[in-house]
Amino acid sequence: MRTHGASGSRSTLIALASTVVFALVVVLVVSNSPGWPEVQRQFFNGEFFRESLRVIPKAFLLNVRIFLIAEVFILVFALFIAILRSLPGPVFFPLRALAIVYTDFFRGVPTILVIYLLGFGAPALQISGIPRDELFWGVVALVLVYSAYVSEVYRAGIESVHPSQEAAARSLGLSQAKTLRYVIVPQAVRRVVPPLLNDFIGLQKDTALVALLGPVEAFRQSQIEVASNFNYTPYLVTAILFVLLTIPLARLTDWLVIRDRRRQLALGAAR
Amino acid sequence: MSAETVLAIEGLQKSFDVEVLKGISLTLEPSEVVCLIGASGSGKSTLLRCVNLLEPIQAGRIEFLGEEITAPGVDVDHVRRRIGIVFQAFNLFPHMSVLKNITLGLTKVLKTPQAQADQEAADLLARFGLADKRSEYPDRLSGGQQQRVAIVRALAMRPELMLLDEVTSALDPELVAEVLDVIRGLATSGMTMLIATHEMSFARDIANRVCFLHDGVILEEGPPAEIFSAPTNERTQQFLQRIIEAGRL
Ligand SMILES: Nc1ncnc2c1ncn2[C@@H]1O[C@H](COP(=O)(O)OP(=O)(O)O)[C@@H](O)[C@H]1O
Ligand SMILES: [Mg+2]
Repeated sequence: MRTHGASGSRSTLIALASTVVFALVVVLVVSNSPGWPEVQRQFFNGEFFRESLRVIPKAFLLNVRIFLIAEVFILVFALFIAILRSLPGPVFFPLRALAIVYTDFFRGVPTILVIYLLGFGAPALQISGIPRDELFWGVVALVLVYSAYVSEVYRAGIESVHPSQEAAARSLGLSQAKTLRYVIVPQAVRRVVPPLLNDFIGLQKDTALVALLGPVEAFRQSQIEVASNFNYTPYLVTAILFVLLTIPLARLTDWLVIRDRRRQLALGAAR
Repeated sequence: MSAETVLAIEGLQKSFDVEVLKGISLTLEPSEVVCLIGASGSGKSTLLRCVNLLEPIQAGRIEFLGEEITAPGVDVDHVRRRIGIVFQAFNLFPHMSVLKNITLGLTKVLKTPQAQADQEAADLLARFGLADKRSEYPDRLSGGQQQRVAIVRALAMRPELMLLDEVTSALDPELVAEVLDVIRGLATSGMTMLIATHEMSFARDIANRVCFLHDGVILEEGPPAEIFSAPTNERTQQFLQRIIEAGRL
């Protein structure tokens, strides 16, 4: 796997050429299709594109905010669930069972349903002290659903740490809790960063579902634009924004995976 | 002996799916070094893990410095911090530097202030010729260095008993000596040790007593001169014969 020197620049050229050819073919096929003029008018209108760029990115900031806030709570809450699930012994059976029911439930129910149930159900209870804000409940729904996925990721990480690490820590006199905190969890988290980021890419997209409750984020804003102009170009703009947000995370994930693999190879060679 | 017996094991039985330890009795007086020898699978590791309360036992009792540590309600963490164990596979914490590996127990269990813990760890590392490795991560060290760090990690807790489980078995031959030298130094300094080992000449040098473990039972026990030169039990004779044939005695 050498990618420098003359052979490196040649393979870059080949990659570039084949990409250009491929793109040309796609463009030709699409633009020669019978419905293309109509689709172009409906989805690729330059004027509406510029107009969308004025309003949708602003609304998109709400998606970013939902994402960032939900992410922090998911990281903490999911770890809590994962630890509950990995508690040993019969004493902790009820807590383990609770964690299992939780993950089964929230991974099983469609996200959109959780959002509807919480977003419309919880405020309707009219319990004093409970927020009635749809945005709040939308974020709660995302946290609940994604924590179920992320806790499974954490759990896989915890289980991948060899039992001899626990034995070593306990033999020093560290309690079960301190062993988890200082020895098991730090190693587990390091190993699961790539799959964790993967789940967060999913979360970025699903922030659009909060729109179903009313808050005007990018998707909802584009719906409004589409409805007032009878043109679909705003959807295109929103799609582009989501992709742009995803790319850095996706590349970071790739990079981490590659770095890990290199490290393993280097270690293997050192042995 | 006037000082208190360090370890007294009585009728210890341990089963996983099958019975692995079938009534082990053994005592260690202060500064005594006892070597456990026996074929792979005879129960040496299990015995050491039981003493450190890493495995629950089915019958019998273990007393450590006069206290029955297998009694219900005993604070296992308190017992473990006073008994050091070193494993065949080192089991260092890979995400921590050498120094952190050693200070973890000091700071989180003994509540030693970080600065003092760092100092104690640095002193110990210097004593064992590892002063320049304090900031390295375990995967950058040779096996011999890793195992010496593991010994230092256990020693840092000032244990009153050390358990060593075939600590040189995972090492390349040229790295064995440096680790055995460290253990000889410990014996000289008066550390009480229970050592499972395949290094017979080492056991002959260092042990006050050798126990031959076979199939979960101590079949023969005595001073190394007796066990290695004139074993009385037929199985001990066979075991030693195989060791000699393998060129390890
Ligand atoms: N965690 C375990 N679960 C089931 N069986 C075990 C476990 N640990 C050890 N054993 C069994 O106990 C016996 C003694 O093992 P061990 O104490 O490791 O022997 P030694 O250290 O003398 O090689 C072996 O038959 C082994 O398979
Ligand atoms: Mg063993």
